[in-house]
Amino acid sequence: MNPVADRTRNRNMTEEWQTSKGAGKRILMCGNEALAESAIIAGCDAYFGYPITPQNEIPAYMSRRMPEEGRVFVQTESELAAINMVFGASATGKRAMTSSSSPGISLMQEGISYLAGAELPAVVVNIMRGGPGLGNIAPSQADYFQATRGGGHGDYRTVVLGPSGVQEMVDCMPLAFDLADQYRMPVMVLADGILGQMMEPIVLEKKQGRELPAKDWALTGAKRRKQNIVRSLWLPEGVLEKLNYKLRDKYKQIEQNEVLCEQYEIDGAEIVVVAYGVAARIVRSAVSRAREEGIKAGWIRPITLWPFPTEQVSKAADEFRIFLVVEMSNGQMVEDVRLAVNGKSPVLFYGRPGGGVPNVDEILDKIKQLTLKPKAQ
Amino acid sequence: MMKTVFKRTPTLKDCPTHYCPGCGHGIAHRLIAEVIDELDIRDRTIGIAPVGCAVLAYDYFDIDMVEVAHGRPPAVATGMKRTNPDKIIFSYQGDGDLASIGAAEILHAGHRGEQITVIFINNAVYGMTGGQMAPTTMLGQVTATTPKGRSATEQGYPLQVSELLATLPGTIYIERCALINVAHVRKTKKAIKHAFELQLEGAQGLSLVEVLSPCPTYWRMSPAKAMEWIESNMMKVFPLGRLKG
Repeated sequence: MNPVADRTRNRNMTEEWQTSKGAGKRILMCGNEALAESAIIAGCDAYFGYPITPQNEIPAYMSRRMPEEGRVFVQTESELAAINMVFGASATGKRAMTSSSSPGISLMQEGISYLAGAELPAVVVNIMRGGPGLGNIAPSQADYFQATRGGGHGDYRTVVLGPSGVQEMVDCMPLAFDLADQYRMPVMVLADGILGQMMEPIVLEKKQGRELPAKDWALTGAKRRKQNIVRSLWLPEGVLEKLNYKLRDKYKQIEQNEVLCEQYEIDGAEIVVVAYGVAARIVRSAVSRAREEGIKAGWIRPITLWPFPTEQVSKAADEFRIFLVVEMSNGQMVEDVRLAVNGKSPVLFYGRPGGGVPNVDEILDKIKQLTLKPKAQ
Repeated sequence: MMKTVFKRTPTLKDCPTHYCPGCGHGIAHRLIAEVIDELDIRDRTIGIAPVGCAVLAYDYFDIDMVEVAHGRPPAVATGMKRTNPDKIIFSYQGDGDLASIGAAEILHAGHRGEQITVIFINNAVYGMTGGQMAPTTMLGQVTATTPKGRSATEQGYPLQVSELLATLPGTIYIERCALINVAHVRKTKKAIKHAFELQLEGAQGLSLVEVLSPCPTYWRMSPAKAMEWIESNMMKVFPLGRLKG
């Protein structure tokens, strides 16, 4: 990403986590392997996973590296088993993760719901592919709804991080583990087949993590203390309702404190393009080209997909401008943009579903088409 | 002078259970608690409660416990044991949990030779949901979902999971017991103790004790009749004894 002089940003994960910028050695790695190594550096005690394309580099890398570090790697019999092994390791206070791709993540939803209900930390990586069904193995952003709405049964959320480059794949792992531990909940990293497969120069460094609460709830054997119980069943009247209010308050706190988003040239823009992940990289190029042609265009890139940067999008919509949402789906995040804009400005959509990847020209054409039209109030 | 001949074992909490009169869970719980106390492993044991009648087992066992999704205890146990090899991990599962929805998890935990202990309570019926057919339901047995009795052509034969698991190189000890009288209760305790001891010794593989247990409520008979029914019906399909190890 090229630094632009007048770019306004809220927080950027790359900078935030790179405390000693440039101190580490730059190496070339693919997204899946870089993410895996970053998880190891972040203190992942155990990895459990089942093969599925396009994320197979993660378990393959972990199968070699985790034993080298004296940590746990298990190739599981299914994604159901993988997420439940994560559940087991996490219940004992260990940092545990799994990774999969869309169909496998669907199978994990049961376990993710139980993790949310039992308030257990966990990191789940989804390297999205085309769907529905077996779909294909091409990159996609079709699991946004599933990821940001909870995905499984019950009233819960997961934090969802949407990296847009290999360095961010690296940077989001320590953050994901810290957020999971801090809030005692599953955190999802939502990337796609391009990010998983492509190689970029990255810096891997151990960074100072957050100060985290002690895991006094963990199952470690009831030695000189009362028993600990990890559960998600609450039968007596009103008890589950109370838990759900507690979760609601936790989610509100996250919405207030953990939003990450990047924005560029919003002031004075007649059109703002909103995109995340790899689509945001294509959008950046399209917006730069549009600006070269004299169109006042800017972009917003949500980094946390939940909590969604509602406030940032809403603020941008205070002045009338066109919002164009670009996704590799038939339109999912566009709903969150519409909720944030809340009728203050028009919100339009351009998407390529089923493994289609938009190119710069397509998006540029769309920007031109929208900005050439006379603005109707 | 008064002499105490019978008392509560410390790992069993001092509270009434929610189990029906004549249910076998209370006996099985007590046997496990006694074994934990005799082996002095209370402070390093983690128990896994299933989905089913024993879902609230942590209300009765005074040890660290987790309650997990239906059928998944062997996967959860794998995650626990692999990351905590010094802890004693056991799962307590019913026939619906282990033999039906969790068939893949127990098969593969056994296949991988996980160093865990499984207590498998087989009462030939789904208890908590209201007496539906289980994979272990007897042929001809009337349940909420087999009103005409289980038929081999419609619902298949009772599933002998222990025999199946005994064929796997990863399982080291499998024994089937029954809670039908004092002698068999003692045998059951011996088996449970052996299964825990193997894990304590670090023996390489999974140990499982299947316990034929009465469910008078959904067998629709008296507790005494239920004990007889185990002997006259269940033990013919599920013969007692050491299947492996």
